[in-house]
Amino acid sequence: MPKSLFQKVWDAHTVRKLANGQTQLLIGTHLIHEVTSPQAFGMMRDLGLKVLMPHRTFATVDHIVPTDQFAEPYSDPLAQTMMEELRKNCAATGITFFDRASGKQGIVHIVGPEQGITQPGTTIACGDSHTSTHGAFGAIAFGIGTSQVRDVLATQTMALGALKVRRINVTGKLHPGVYAKDVILHIIRTLGVNGGTGFAYEYAGEVLDRFTMEERMTVCNMSIEGGARVGYVNPDETTFAYLKGRPYAPKAAAWYAAVANWKSFASDAGCHYDDVVNINASEIAPTVTWGINPAQGISINELIPDATKTEVADEKASIDEALAYMKLKPGAPIKGTKIDVAFMGSCTNGRLSDFQEVAKYLKGKRVAPGVKAIAVPGSQGVGVLCASLGIDQVFRDAGFEWREAGCSMCLAMNPDKLIGDQLCASSSNRNFKGRQGSPTGRTLLMSPLMVAAAAVTGAVADAREVFAVNN
Amino acid sequence: MSLAKITSVTGRGVPVTGNDIDTDRIIPARFMKCVTFDGLGEFLFYDVRKNADGSDKPHPLNEARFKGGTILLSGANFGCGSSREHAPQAIQKYGFKAIIAEGYAEIFFGNSTTLGIPCMTAAREDIAKIAAAVEADPKLEITVDVGAQQVRFGGQSVPATIRESGRDALINGRWDAIGELMEGLPAVKATATTLPYLAA
Ligand code: SF4
Repeated sequence: MPKSLFQKVWDAHTVRKLANGQTQLLIGTHLIHEVTSPQAFGMMRDLGLKVLMPHRTFATVDHIVPTDQFAEPYSDPLAQTMMEELRKNCAATGITFFDRASGKQGIVHIVGPEQGITQPGTTIACGDSHTSTHGAFGAIAFGIGTSQVRDVLATQTMALGALKVRRINVTGKLHPGVYAKDVILHIIRTLGVNGGTGFAYEYAGEVLDRFTMEERMTVCNMSIEGGARVGYVNPDETTFAYLKGRPYAPKAAAWYAAVANWKSFASDAGCHYDDVVNINASEIAPTVTWGINPAQGISINELIPDATKTEVADEKASIDEALAYMKLKPGAPIKGTKIDVAFMGSCTNGRLSDFQEVAKYLKGKRVAPGVKAIAVPGSQGVGVLCASLGIDQVFRDAGFEWREAGCSMCLAMNPDKLIGDQLCASSSNRNFKGRQGSPTGRTLLMSPLMVAAAAVTGAVADAREVFAVNN
Repeated sequence: MSLAKITSVTGRGVPVTGNDIDTDRIIPARFMKCVTFDGLGEFLFYDVRKNADGSDKPHPLNEARFKGGTILLSGANFGCGSSREHAPQAIQKYGFKAIIAEGYAEIFFGNSTTLGIPCMTAAREDIAKIAAAVEADPKLEITVDVGAQQVRFGGQSVPATIRESGRDALINGRWDAIGELMEGLPAVKATATTLPYLAA
């Protein structure tokens, strides 16, 4: 019987059925970071448990690292404690830690793929909801809570119920100036912020086929923002070409065996999907959020919703709540909304191609007066590549601050925070109330080039006009 | 490890209305700078509960009449956003023992179940009925019957469901899977040998 990739990976990693009907699922690769692991190590110590497969566990530090300070101790003693706790736990258990001194540190969802740890046909777990990013490689990757981090450390498994699979076909061709970020914002807007509950999203169609791995990662990254626990793309030649030669990718003869094995995991033609959604790429425009969840988005030329125009009580309430927080005018164009901060980075859009694409257009432009603009590479690796191509200099020349790798202002657990009710054009993935470090701070999610357009004009703008994008 | 069988929870209710209440709102990220979960309770809903100067904003958790409530009432898609277990930990450490809402984000539901917090799903009208009864009499005793999938209060009862795996885990005292997962270790090792990337 033809099977989906999800089904194949699930079956291959099923250990046994548990008494409550869930499955004990083997997790081949476990990624950990400083925020959600210390409590898990604490629980392990309390229960007297050992790490079962330290060689299948990889750690990095990303959320709390300052991006303007490299030397320790950090000015925030709590951040320093978390850093040391992770270092100590990894050393004591034999887990590989991509510490900052290794040159391999970065956001966990950027480091895994970059190192070739993220591979097709595997299961991956990490105590972080954007673990869905790794699905871009045809892996089934789960964001988990800390008790489950403990479960995976101790048993390399976790208890899970199976998911349904929704195939999302994005067909046709994207217009110039429309990016992977717009595709996923459009999908979330179309299917709703909890439309994916109970589903794994399989992204497919010509647009995904043509996408690079980095673009696929941007799409899979935000699956969780649509309520889907995992998102994936079937592995193909693009996937294999990306992985070849990476530090943890199989080498020599093992490479060919691995590729053959990886291919076998792709969804079979004619397999069953619980749902199929078709999206026409030509209908997608540069998209910007106006509200307090990622589904509250509109295309750059649309007007901010007006609660008085809807009869649905729920919709009214959510528009009112969002606009009261966002301090935006109902029915006004989103275009032209003044911004205070521009943030370029995160596990959604903090990869080489994101900076490269922006740098193409940013040359010779200047950040508008009064706008604070920061660019934060997703990993030290991305930082080094950008430097070698002179991209960091383009950003600096334009008036961006160029920082050290980390999560930074995506959730502001480090010193990079919004102040008061500043409005931030952000290439990250969440616009929740208070997300960027100030309880009244406001976030507009958009593609990197749209962030750059907002930075140089000082207001939400159509990047296609600002940068004369037409190829 | 023997765990309590959570067949029902009885206590007073606290209505925290709204849909899509995300985990950043339940526990803002800056309070996650910690290496244990101890003390998270006091930061529950912090930014919607407190002004910048630490004074109170209007919020049910700040109302004297709702103090001591153990059953949280809310809307649709509760706990969406991040996978942070800090969210259900903060809810539990604050003193809540059960949640009744229209629906939950997937990861939040799993995290809560693992902590022994029943996340019951009820229809909007029914939650409104419970909330109205609580508003009228905050001391009203509410019973969340996990086994029977029912909420009883002031002589009324409404259905409140929970998916079977969660219900089974709670009422049979296996909501924390670690014991059972450990028992499977020999089978784990056997499965690992069938996967090339793990066998290598
Ligand atoms: S960049 Fe943002 S979303 Fe990604 S892992 Fe870091 S905090 Fe989470």
